[in-house]
Amino acid sequence: MNESLRNIWTILKRELTGYFASPVAYVFIVIFLLLNGFFTFMLGGFFELGEASLSRPFFNWHPWLYLFLVPAAGMRLWAEERRVGTLELLLTMPITAAQAIIGKFLACWAFLALALALTFPVVGSVYYLGHPDGGAIFAGYVGSLLLAGAYLAVTVATSAMTRNQVISFILSVVICFFLILAGWEPVTSLLVRWAPAGLVELVTGFSVMPHFASFQRGVIDFRDLLFFASVIVFSLFGTSVILRGLRGA
Amino acid sequence: MIDVENLIKEFGPKRAVNGVSFTVRRGEILGFLGPNGAGKSTTMRMITGFFPPTSGKVRIGDHDISEEPIAAKKLIGYLPESAPCYSDMTVSGFLRFTAEMRGMRGAQIDAAVARVAGLCFLEGVLHQSVDTLSKGYRHRTCFAQSILHDPEVLVLDEPTDGLDPNQKHEVRQIIKRMGQTKAIIFSTHILEEVEACCSRAIIIDRGTVVANGTPAELKARADAAGSVHLRVRNVAAETLKSRLSGLPVAGRVQIHDNSDGSLSARVFPRDKSTRADLALSVAQAATQSGWSFDELHTEEGRLDDVFRAITLPDSVKARE
Repeated sequence: MNESLRNIWTILKRELTGYFASPVAYVFIVIFLLLNGFFTFMLGGFFELGEASLSRPFFNWHPWLYLFLVPAAGMRLWAEERRVGTLELLLTMPITAAQAIIGKFLACWAFLALALALTFPVVGSVYYLGHPDGGAIFAGYVGSLLLAGAYLAVTVATSAMTRNQVISFILSVVICFFLILAGWEPVTSLLVRWAPAGLVELVTGFSVMPHFASFQRGVIDFRDLLFFASVIVFSLFGTSVILRGLRGA
Repeated sequence: MIDVENLIKEFGPKRAVNGVSFTVRRGEILGFLGPNGAGKSTTMRMITGFFPPTSGKVRIGDHDISEEPIAAKKLIGYLPESAPCYSDMTVSGFLRFTAEMRGMRGAQIDAAVARVAGLCFLEGVLHQSVDTLSKGYRHRTCFAQSILHDPEVLVLDEPTDGLDPNQKHEVRQIIKRMGQTKAIIFSTHILEEVEACCSRAIIIDRGTVVANGTPAELKARADAAGSVHLRVRNVAAETLKSRLSGLPVAGRVQIHDNSDGSLSARVFPRDKSTRADLALSVAQAATQSGWSFDELHTEEGRLDDVFRAITLPDSVKARE
């Protein structure tokens, strides 16, 4: 195996075992599943809608659910390293900062993917009750995972900014909230009334909402993939700049 | 193995390290001394590649730490100042992780972990979580991490800090043993430690190297170094002083009245060239005069005094 891949894998493994070494991971998964169930069946009106689809009752809530849960899962990634001083240990090992950043990001993303995968009973329910569009459900899951990845990348960056996990949490919630609001219909319809069309387009261009919406509809578009990929790459690159700044370069 | 050349580090307007240069060869143990905030840790962080230097060069073996960081870091074992460990892991998990990061695989890892666990007396706590360990054990766990891959270069920031006297002794023994084949640099506040294990010492103050030499050379720079100490009974202070001052090789003479009725005399050499003959002359003078003395020795000078003399700010010196 290539040396840099091996380093990423070693860090990923450490982070993942770190999650499951404490009860935090289990608590997180339980809360995630409970909230998902609550939103889907109680608020989402899964049964009242009477359609065999997950788009509205299930995926609709994910941007809001992830807004708090993803920063909570990722806030410790760098903040804790900085607080305890293990950052010095990690970055004096024969690895690059990029390998460490990617390893940590992938570990947390894999953890979120596991939590998301555990929502499979919802899929079972729609199949039991009707004849849903399997492709749309698959696209929804892909979109949901990418959305979580985008939030997580932002959290990784804010986590590197501070040694305090709470500050990292709040910062990433604020930024992710902006990523939602910039393209959320109630906000954009307000904006349209007075702002020039170019500005509205620029602001909504930052939002995850229209891109997530097309996954929800069951469309996997290259442009949407590119959007999420670029948010992730940009944030992770930002993290490496922040880490370099920390060391006084 | 370690070549540091004109290293400078600035944090904003503050210059923490200002033109530090030195070399550590294989088989050498360099003691790194200095008051708090002198720039010791910052220098070590630049040597290990954690901080990029503002200017200057660090070479580890054949590799420049800024240009080939990975190759250089492979040669280094590093114990940071606070001995940080991942607290959510077990000792063995932490060491195995480090071993993997150092490129070891399978049986290699088992062997390396077993070796350092034995060296650092960690066998009893291998399966304990790091955050349940006492400070001494945590410290040794981090130390174990630094020697896990049997590195050519060892950089230790206060390796004996927070250890009990037995553990301190153990760690010093390990350092001394490893020092025979590796290049080691370690910082400390404990001056006896430098005398006990270093082949060379550097004193750094306000970001610059102010002294560089073997412990013996540094001690010779002490004020009292080379003076002869004589303790006599039943001799008048005046006689003692005039007789000793009369010696051709002697310079200043200080008489001190001990509480038990004896007198101590400290005779400084007149100049460097008379140092060697001083003790003999004093001894002859004492026997010729028929004094009964129970102590006669040449002062080596204390590293403490040198350290204080070099690193004390001028304002404090004036006050004393």
